[in-house]
Amino acid sequence: MFFAVKLEVVVMPKRNVLDPQGVAVRNAVLELGLSNVGTVRVGKVIEIEFTGEPDETKLDEICRDLLCNEVIEDYRIVGAVEIGSR
Amino acid sequence: MKIAVVRFPGSNCDQDCLRALTDGLGVRAEYVWHKETSVSGYDAVILPGGFSYGDYLRCGAIATFSPIMRSVVKAANDGLPVFGICNGFQILCETGLLRGALIRNRSLLFLCQPVTLKLENNRTPFTRLSTDGSLFRMPIAHGEGAFYADDQTLTELEEGGQVVFRYVDSEGQATVESNPNGSRNNIAGICNPAGNVLGIMPHPDRSWDARLGSDDGLQLFQSLADTLLSVAA
Repeated sequence: MFFAVKLEVVVMPKRNVLDPQGVAVRNAVLELGLSNVGTVRVGKVIEIEFTGEPDETKLDEICRDLLCNEVIEDYRIVGAVEIGSR
Repeated sequence: MKIAVVRFPGSNCDQDCLRALTDGLGVRAEYVWHKETSVSGYDAVILPGGFSYGDYLRCGAIATFSPIMRSVVKAANDGLPVFGICNGFQILCETGLLRGALIRNRSLLFLCQPVTLKLENNRTPFTRLSTDGSLFRMPIAHGEGAFYADDQTLTELEEGGQVVFRYVDSEGQATVESNPNGSRNNIAGICNPAGNVLGIMPHPDRSWDARLGSDDGLQLFQSLADTLLSVAA
């Protein structure tokens, strides 16, 4: 039996880069009554479903070339999740 | 002399750039579709403004991998003048031809307004007819126009004379108030070390005729044409 696999690439603005979206969300969160909130940052998650064994080395290369701009963002590839048999 | 204006899906200032060259200056210019693979035969390349690929992922990120860009990058490294305006500037940063990146405006607002710029480097093919310190009036129209580079890169850009345009007030001072989008050091445009690649966020293509509110932008296209003529001569 073969299980398809999903990987997630999490891309976040670097800590030293101003994230105005994060600031705006933080203001709204405070407004809604959540106290003791420090920094809020907004990034993105890119889900990639593989139909075979994921080539993580190649994916890492593509993260650096395309999915993440390392001038302003950091990325991490997070865990393989089996998403069902086929 | 023949200048290429590259069209990506989502480019929307391609006509403005072409008309600035053809109608403003009587220079020959042609559209080049992004699926083309070569810019050979052209004396300069313009990457126009717009929202290439809908700005998906990041502004300019997908356009960087369009077939034409491989040829543009190679030609730029060989010295061909390449001029990126607005989205074109974003694309040039994404390709690595220019350093830094353009991020979300500090206000989160899409800004469409006239700005004042100060020229700080007239040693590029795009600025040679103008005097350092001269002021330009042009519009900006962007949501992601805040120039960002880390401290080290910023120092190198400043010391290398690669800051070509800065947002300033009417006195020519780079103040917080005259910085529309939160760009570091009020940077509106930079060039590569050789000076043949220029990226700017404001639109000379929307300010090449007094009927548009300003014809200050025409100087940049004029300088480029003048450079190409003097190379040919």
